[in-house]
Amino acid sequence: MSTEDKVNEISTEAQDPESLTPPTNPQQTAPGKGAGGPITLFFILGLVASLVLGWVIFPQLLYSKKEQPVQFNHVKHNKLVDDGCESCHFFREDGTYSGVPKLAQCIDCHEEVWGVENEEEAKFVNQYVLKEREVPWLVYSRQPDCVFFSHVAHVKMGQMDCVTCHGDVGESESLKPYEANRISGYSRDIWGKNIAGIKFNSWDRMKMDDCSGCHVRENVNQGSVQTQRGGCFVCHK
Amino acid sequence: MKIDRRSFLSFAIGGAAGTALTPLPWKLTDDLAIWSQNWPWTPVPAKGETTYVKSTCTLCPGGCGISVRRVDDRVVKIEGIESHPVNQGGVCTLGAAGTQLLYGPNRVQTPKKKVNGKWRNISWDAALAEIAAKLADLRSNGQSHSLACICDSDRGTVPELLNRLLTVYGSTNFIRTPSIQDNYELTLYLTQGVRAMPGFDIQDSDFVLGFGSGLIEGWESPVFMLRGKSALKEKGGRMDQIEPRLSKTAAKSDKWIAVKPGAEGALALGLANVIINEGLFNQDFVDNYSAGLAEYKKIVLDGFSPGVVSKMTGLEVPVIATIARDFAKARKPLAICGRGAGTSPGSLQDFLAVHALNALVGSINRAGGIVAVPEPDYINWPDVEMDAAASRGMQQPRIDGAGSGKYKSTRYLLNRLPEVVNSAQESPVQVLFVAGANPLYSMADTEAVAKAFEKIPLVVSFSSYMDETSTNADFILPNHVFLERYEDVPFARGFPKPLIGLVQPVVEPLFNTRHTGDVIIQLAQKLGGTVGEAFAWDSYDTCLEETLADKWDTLLEDGYWVDSGFSETAQPRNFETDSSKFEFSNSDINALPVYHSVRVPGDDSFYPLLLVPYDTMRLASSYIGSPPFLVKSLEDTILKGNEVLVEVNPATAKKLGLADQNDATLTTPRGSAKVKIYFFDGIMPGVIAIPRGLGHTAYDKFLAGKGVNYNALSEPLEDAATGLDAAWGVRAKLTKA
Repeated sequence: MSTEDKVNEISTEAQDPESLTPPTNPQQTAPGKGAGGPITLFFILGLVASLVLGWVIFPQLLYSKKEQPVQFNHVKHNKLVDDGCESCHFFREDGTYSGVPKLAQCIDCHEEVWGVENEEEAKFVNQYVLKEREVPWLVYSRQPDCVFFSHVAHVKMGQMDCVTCHGDVGESESLKPYEANRISGYSRDIWGKNIAGIKFNSWDRMKMDDCSGCHVRENVNQGSVQTQRGGCFVCHK
Repeated sequence: MKIDRRSFLSFAIGGAAGTALTPLPWKLTDDLAIWSQNWPWTPVPAKGETTYVKSTCTLCPGGCGISVRRVDDRVVKIEGIESHPVNQGGVCTLGAAGTQLLYGPNRVQTPKKKVNGKWRNISWDAALAEIAAKLADLRSNGQSHSLACICDSDRGTVPELLNRLLTVYGSTNFIRTPSIQDNYELTLYLTQGVRAMPGFDIQDSDFVLGFGSGLIEGWESPVFMLRGKSALKEKGGRMDQIEPRLSKTAAKSDKWIAVKPGAEGALALGLANVIINEGLFNQDFVDNYSAGLAEYKKIVLDGFSPGVVSKMTGLEVPVIATIARDFAKARKPLAICGRGAGTSPGSLQDFLAVHALNALVGSINRAGGIVAVPEPDYINWPDVEMDAAASRGMQQPRIDGAGSGKYKSTRYLLNRLPEVVNSAQESPVQVLFVAGANPLYSMADTEAVAKAFEKIPLVVSFSSYMDETSTNADFILPNHVFLERYEDVPFARGFPKPLIGLVQPVVEPLFNTRHTGDVIIQLAQKLGGTVGEAFAWDSYDTCLEETLADKWDTLLEDGYWVDSGFSETAQPRNFETDSSKFEFSNSDINALPVYHSVRVPGDDSFYPLLLVPYDTMRLASSYIGSPPFLVKSLEDTILKGNEVLVEVNPATAKKLGLADQNDATLTTPRGSAKVKIYFFDGIMPGVIAIPRGLGHTAYDKFLAGKGVNYNALSEPLEDAATGLDAAWGVRAKLTKA
C-alpha cells in the first residue's frame, strides 16, 4: 500500500458519518467513542475471570490430593512413648536423622493386630507387617533433592524444637490428605497452604527465603563452614 | 451490545492485569524452576541408614580389605579398610567399581542348562540331580579320574572343598589357573625347599630392580605394591625397571632400562656375573647360608659375561656393569620378576636367575627382601575314607601331566589341557568344573581352548556372570557374587606375612544363586557313600565357621587375621633343603635345561614384528570382566570407540608405511584383528603392544566387542623346564587396512 493510499484510507475513515455526528448522549462521551461500556465491562470480566482463575481454580488444578496409605494417630502414640517425637523420629548413632519410621520400628508393637475394631491398624498389619512391605508414606515435608538439610545441626546443635518447622503434627489425630504439586512433584507444604505464600506461623512455608530469613535473624552460619564464604553450593549440593 | 475485536482485546487486557494480581505467574515460575532443577528422570539415591560392612575383595588375588558402605540394604560404595595391613585404606579402580558387578546386567540369575544349544532355566534340585547322576555313572564305570576342576586358587575352604570332592571321588585333576605364582612357588621350592608364596617387602627396600614387573600396574597385590612403591620413594629409595616398553611402572622409575624382550633372564645372569667377578655379593649370606654356589658360578661366569649379555639384551657393557654395581651396593636391594600384572607364568629360568640375584645380595628372608610366606594352617578337616573307586582313580596320572615325568615339580598345567583333549580320540576329561576362572578368555590360543571345551561332554561353570566360559558350558550353577557371600581368602599375593581375609555378605543374594561351597557339599551328599560322608557339614557357612575356629571372631570384627608373630627378620635362614641352606644349584636345578632366552612362536620372515601384551590398572585382566566404570576410564590411546590402539614405534610404522591413527590389520599365526595405529616412542622398534583385558565376546554391551583379546591372537609355548606357558609375546605383522 502506497503512502497516498494510506492517506486516502484514513481520510475515508475520518469521513465516517457516525464519527462525525456530534455527541448528544452523555453516556457516549466516555472514552471509546460509544463502545466504552462494553469495553469496560469486558475489561472487568477479564479481570474478574483471571482473579477467580488465579486465586481459586489454579490452586485446585495445581495440586493432586492423595490419602496416606494408612491412617495414623500421633496423639495416641505420643501418649505411649517416653521420648516425645524422638522416640520414633530418632537420630542414628552417626548423627543422621531417621525420618519417617520403618516397619522394623513399628513391628515391636504391631506384630499382630491388638487394637480393638481398628480398621486402619488391621490394614497396616495385614498389608504391610505380615507381607514385610514398607509403608509408602507420603512425606509432607520432603524438600527437593537439590536442598541440603541437616536435622542434627538444627535440633541438636541449634536446640530448635520440632514444632518450629513441622507445626503441631504431634497433636494430630489423623493424617491430612497429601497434596502434591503436579508440576514439581513436591508436597504442597513446601510452598505452604496459602497460594499467595503468606505465612502466619513459622512452619507454614519452607522455601529458601524461610531458611535464609531464620539464618539472618538468628545470625547463624550463612556461609560454608570451610571457607566462611557464602554461595549457592553452601545449601544446594 | 456488540462484541467486537475491541471487546475481546479489553477482555484479554483485563485478564492479563488480573493474572498479574494473582499468584499464578509467580507460582508457575517457581514450580517450573524446581521441576527443571530436579528432573524426575534423574536417578536420586534413596535416603536411609548408612552402615559399613568389613569384607575382603575377591576380584583379584590382591586380598585387599574393603569397607562396603550401604544405605539401608543397598550397596553404594566400596572403600578400603584404613587399618588393613595390605591396602591401608586404598582400593583399586576395579575394586571401587565392584558395585557394578553386583547390580550390573550380566549376572546369571538362576541355574541354567543348555538344551540343543539354547539356555533353559532349571531348578537347583534338578541341576544337581542331573550332574550327580552323571558323576555316579562315571564313577561306577571306573572313570572317576575323568573328572577335572579348574579353579583360580588352591588355598581356602572353597578350593579345598573342590579338591576334597575330587580326591574322595577319585580324581587327581584339580587344576589351578596359571600365573607367575607357579614359577615363584617352584623357585622357592627348588632353592629353599619350601612350598610357600613369595612376599615382597617393597616398602623397606631401598632399591627395587624390576624385571618387567608392573609394580604399579597390577603385579601381585596391586594396592599393596602401589603403597610399597610410594613408601620406597618417600624414603629416598630407588626403583629401576627393565622392560622393552615404557610402561607406567617404567615411567615412574628412576631408570628405565629397555632390553630386547625375552632377554630379561639373561640380564639377571649377566648382573650376577659382574657381582661375582667384582666380589660384590653378600659375603655373610653366601658363606654361611648358601650351597651350590660353585655350579651356579660356573654357569654364570662361563656363559654370561657382560659382552655376551650385551649382545643378548642390546645393552652396552658399561650399562650392565653399572646396574650390577648399584644393585649390589644398595643396603637392601630387591629384584622382582614376572611380567606386567603377572597373569602369564613365564619361564622358570628367568625366575631362578632373578631369585639368585636376591640370594647373592642376601635379600632372602630379611626386611626389604623377599620372604617365603607359609600358608596359614587352619584347614584341618578329618581325613577322607577312600573306597576302591577313589583309590583307583587317585593312582591315575594327572591329565595335564603335572607332577610326573618331565614336569615332576610343577603342580598344575592348565595350558597343556587343551592340547591333551584335542589330540585324544575321546576326551580324557568327561566332566569339567570351572570355578572362579574364565579359561575361554584368559588362556592363550582361545580357539583351541574352545575346541577342547566342545569336546568335553559335560562342562559345569560356577560363574556368577555370562562370561566366555559360561557361554560355552553345559550347566551354569551361579555362585553368589563376593558382596553376597562368606568366604575365606587366606592370602594376599606378595604380602610378606601369613594372612586370612574374610569375605562377608553385604546384601542378601539378589537372585536365585547358590554358594559354590554349598553346591559342592550338596553334590557330594547326593553322590552318597564315602563321598557324602566326607562332607558332613550342614552348609558351607557352618563349615567355614568351624574351620576358622578361634579366628572366626577376629575375622568377623576386623575383616582379616594376620599372623603378627611372623616376621621376615625373625625367619631363620636355615632352609628346608637337603643342605638346610639356600641352594644356588642342586640336582633338581641342574637337571633343568640350560638357560636360553625364550623365542616366541611364529615365523619371523612372515611375521617381522613382536606383539607383546601390556597390563593396565584400568582393565581387569583375570577372570573378572571389566565393569563399565573401568571401560569408561580408558584413555583414547588404549581404546577409541570399539577399536583398540596398537602401540607402534614411529620408526617401525614408517617402514611399514603406516601413519598415526591409521586403521590397520594385525595378524599373528593364530588370527587377525582390526586395530588402530598409535605412535608411541616408548616402545622398542620392532615391538608392538596391545592391552590385556579387552576383546570380550561374552558379557554385556558395555564390554563385549570392544577391542581385541590378546589371547585370541597368541599361542602358548611350553617351557621345557616346567611345562608352563612361557610365551611373553607372539610374532605378528601389521598391514594397512
